[in-house]
Amino acid sequence: MRQQIEGSQAVARAVALARPEVICAYPISPQTHIVETLSRIVESGDLEPCEFINVESEFAAMSVAIGASAAGARAYTATASQGLLFMVEAVYNAAGLGLPIVMTVANRAIGAPINIWNDHSDAMSQRDSGWIQLYAQDNQEAVDLHIQAFRLAEEMSLPVMVCMDGFILTHATEMVDLPEQELVDRFLPPFEPRQVLDPEDPVSIGAMVGPEAFTEVRYLAHLRHLDALAAIPRLSEDFREATGRDSGGLVSDYRLADADIAVVALGSVLGTIKDAVDELRDDGMRVGVLGITTFRPFPKAAARAALGHVRRMVVLEKAFSPGVGGIVTEDIRSSMGCSIPMNTVVAGLGGRPITKDSLLRMLREAAGGHLGALSFLDLDEDVVAAERAAVATTAATSPTAARTVRRPR
Amino acid sequence: MFGTRIHGRGGQGSVTAADMLSLAAFNEGRHAQAFPSFGSERTGAPVVAYCRIDERPIRTREPIDRPDALIVLDPTLLAQVDILTGLPADAFVLVNSTKDPADLGLEDFLSSHRRERLLTVPATDIALRRIGRPVPNVALLGGFAAMTGLVELESVGAAARQRFPGEIGHHNAAAAAEAFEYVTAEQADLAQPVPRPAGAGTHRATRQQESMADQS
Repeated sequence: MRQQIEGSQAVARAVALARPEVICAYPISPQTHIVETLSRIVESGDLEPCEFINVESEFAAMSVAIGASAAGARAYTATASQGLLFMVEAVYNAAGLGLPIVMTVANRAIGAPINIWNDHSDAMSQRDSGWIQLYAQDNQEAVDLHIQAFRLAEEMSLPVMVCMDGFILTHATEMVDLPEQELVDRFLPPFEPRQVLDPEDPVSIGAMVGPEAFTEVRYLAHLRHLDALAAIPRLSEDFREATGRDSGGLVSDYRLADADIAVVALGSVLGTIKDAVDELRDDGMRVGVLGITTFRPFPKAAARAALGHVRRMVVLEKAFSPGVGGIVTEDIRSSMGCSIPMNTVVAGLGGRPITKDSLLRMLREAAGGHLGALSFLDLDEDVVAAERAAVATTAATSPTAARTVRRPR
Repeated sequence: MFGTRIHGRGGQGSVTAADMLSLAAFNEGRHAQAFPSFGSERTGAPVVAYCRIDERPIRTREPIDRPDALIVLDPTLLAQVDILTGLPADAFVLVNSTKDPADLGLEDFLSSHRRERLLTVPATDIALRRIGRPVPNVALLGGFAAMTGLVELESVGAAARQRFPGEIGHHNAAAAAEAFEYVTAEQADLAQPVPRPAGAGTHRATRQQESMADQS
């Protein structure tokens, strides 16, 4: 049913529609509203059988999810930022054990300095953890991706991280069409675990594997990720048949077929980018958009097919690798098999708004060939230069972050 | 696209006001997007929330820098936060205050702004009477409906009842209706200016009390 609803509440309801049997979570902004809502749904008795387990940390949240999933329960958790980092050891274990846990990451920056606002540093830090990573463009897609994620996880026996931009989506109220329970039940059959811890028939999972087989174990996980590249579009198509909505899949494109310039991005910023692209199209600039919905496994063939004809790519990223630059950029580059000029634009760090005006200015520079290979959108060059000069000439007496905040603009 | 920016303090219901404005628009079959500009939230700290309303799906996610309307839940913010800078001359500004707009200390702003688009409504007083709590947000939405015509009063009332089931919802809807009447009268005053003695604004307060007496 269509309703005007906050993103977190919509996602909580979508998760409940997937009938999880164990929900374990520790609150952290901006994910908190999701698990708060789920705890109320469980308390109301509307979601049975389901146990909501209050845990004492994110490490415990993922550990409980691992235990629940290994015992054959459909398990869900949610986190963000430092919380994701705190559970990392268990995050890798969930993937290594092939447990189909679904976790929402309400994307948020990582400290220090402390920052509660949105960027993609948290999820990107788990790029190589072995989890599937899906990124939602808007709250409708966040809802749809969660329902698809449970089926994908269970079909592939892999954990799935659904990434949605913290605050920008989690705290935004907009129209969302929540599917009916019957529809979700038809789309998502009950969980049939591939491995179950059963006291009547005890086994060990996650036991020691030495050099004689570890490579094969890891290679098999890689193959399962490659298999997921085929499964994800199929599930998206099944979902479209059930709901009439295009959501999920590997990539999405917008005005890209005849574009000279492609903007590549993930998540909610795609909306603002599309508005900017429409304006540039009105000015005669042939620009289009490629949204990366599935970031892990990376859809190399789909990206190559969508981008092969363009003359320039601008990859807009809400995270970066210090000393290197773009993270998504390198995946795009390795997908292409030919050298198309690329610009990496790092934007929206720690919640800095990504405005249409800034995007228009940046894309016009890119089209004119005046944009550097790596740039930071709306970077205050004066503040940076002043801090560099201060560090070069004086003994520092306070942290860089403190001085940068205090510097007049 | 119509963009509204709501300024208040933590605890006054600014974020809820943006949500409910979007809900009122949704109730009318339109597209709406509400979102807060969160800091580390705490009671009393300045809070900003946004609401976009359009006939088409809304894709942008950026904050609203050049709003078509402002709702100010706490008039002390006018002196402390740079709320009005860059506001278009025809933007609507509705301030929660018992004062006349001319007495808000905004002479500079008024000199370049359409007079009838800066209005006040005593929303906290209305909320205290109608709801029993100093939460002015829904009353302001009622005044906002009268001022802008952007949404119908009925949609605001329905949104209040959806958001707050039971008595609280009805009281909030009543607060919205009272503020709607107040602002409608304020607009009528401006449309037919009469010479006003020193101490301007009292005539409206008097009429307001009469109006309350009628209803009780």
